[in-house]
Amino acid sequence: MVYSKREDGRKFDELREISAKVGVIKRADGSAMFQIGDTIAIAAAYGPRELHPKFLQNPERAVLRCNYDMASFSVTERKKPGPSRRSVEISLVTEKALASVIDLELFPNTVIDVFIQIIQANAGTRCAGISAAAMALAHAGIPMRDMVAAVSVGKVGDKIVIDLDKHEEDFEEGATDIPVALTARNKEITLLQLDGEVTKDELMQAIKLARKGCEEIHNVQTQALKEVYREDKDG
Amino acid sequence: MDNEYIISLVDQGKRLDGRKFDQHREISVEINISKNSEGSARCKIGDTEVLVGVKMDVGTPYPDSPDEGSIVVTTELSPIASPDFELGPPGVDAVEIARIVDRGIRESKAVDFKKLCIIPGEKCWIFFIDIYSINDDGNLIDASALGTLAALKNTRFAKLENDKVVFGDFTDKKVELEKTPVTFTFVKIKSGILLDPHTREEKAAEARLSVAVHNGKIYAMQKGGDKGFTESEIEVMLDLAIKKEKDLKKIIEKAK
Repeated sequence: MVYSKREDGRKFDELREISAKVGVIKRADGSAMFQIGDTIAIAAAYGPRELHPKFLQNPERAVLRCNYDMASFSVTERKKPGPSRRSVEISLVTEKALASVIDLELFPNTVIDVFIQIIQANAGTRCAGISAAAMALAHAGIPMRDMVAAVSVGKVGDKIVIDLDKHEEDFEEGATDIPVALTARNKEITLLQLDGEVTKDELMQAIKLARKGCEEIHNVQTQALKEVYREDKDG
Repeated sequence: MDNEYIISLVDQGKRLDGRKFDQHREISVEINISKNSEGSARCKIGDTEVLVGVKMDVGTPYPDSPDEGSIVVTTELSPIASPDFELGPPGVDAVEIARIVDRGIRESKAVDFKKLCIIPGEKCWIFFIDIYSINDDGNLIDASALGTLAALKNTRFAKLENDKVVFGDFTDKKVELEKTPVTFTFVKIKSGILLDPHTREEKAAEARLSVAVHNGKIYAMQKGGDKGFTESEIEVMLDLAIKKEKDLKKIIEKAK
């Protein structure tokens, strides 16, 4: 049960290397790439735009629709293209992670679409997708009350760690994976899932770790968003 | 209507972005963009971008070709790439692109399927070539074909143990390409023949032709659009494709 050292030499509370870029898909209203270690997500936001069929429209607010998809070649064993039960669920929790920060009431009867594509996977893909999607929404100019960053925390062997890689997720003697999304200013938890076994204290400790990690991710997101406007100014 | 504007430009011998009729946008190809695949590439033509990944598995040869492996090409026209694309199973446009790319590789024998045989009649390699559109700014066909070629050219074989793939393990053995057929897509707008159409040009087009060439020979073609071409128009497109073949080859050779 003892997990004494991370294979990639990271400290238990250390994230993998992060990079982010905004404006990676020209046709989209907003777009972004988010990379953490070997996991790469790209996201595009479209809208607010007309929602069809009409009965799906909400006269009080915009509908946020997220779609998470893994490229067939992003994993070691080819994933059949198209949706799966897993991707449908992740799409749903992604919507819930992002909806609370968007001023959806401003755009009744419309839809805001977010498409997330994982092009390289090494654990933490839903969190990378959420971090990318939040930037894409901001880049699309959609009014947001706050920013969202996400990271997975968990327990590997006997240690509470942040940003598990695939090797750690598959840790033989057991690993608990806890994806967490946090809003930047209000520190609201908008995504929380758990898969494994932890005590209450361990969970609270893990959430604290996620909070620290999300702050770091948020800085990278802010930087990437500023970068794109700087480029726009020069160009 | 936008189409009328595009047509009026063509009448004046002009294009939206100032290109000549027979000129490509800037093309760039990057390889090994996804670590878990046996081969992968990103191809950009102007703002159009596709990702191509090659994954391998072991399958059973077809009864009529017991000593050959095979390829399966799939295209996802993901709504990430364009407000015009919708979620759902591949539609007719996606299937057409996959078929054109498939034919360019298969009919030219760019990959020798016999070399993909492991045990005749029993086991062979199957290459899954999956193409994802990331940004559609027109001419996804050529971006897909070029990206596929670049990905295949830089594909290593997966590791086998007892005739099963060890997922995540790769060998140093590269896929050999016997030929590198490059694809050129043209559209006809009024009397103008335009290479590498932009999305708005595609919408205004009456007819479309894609041609795959290697060493001056033609290996695959596909005509699209509601109207037809004259013989002399076809000749113009073939000549141009043959003339420009080297330019695209260079881009693939240099891809990093």
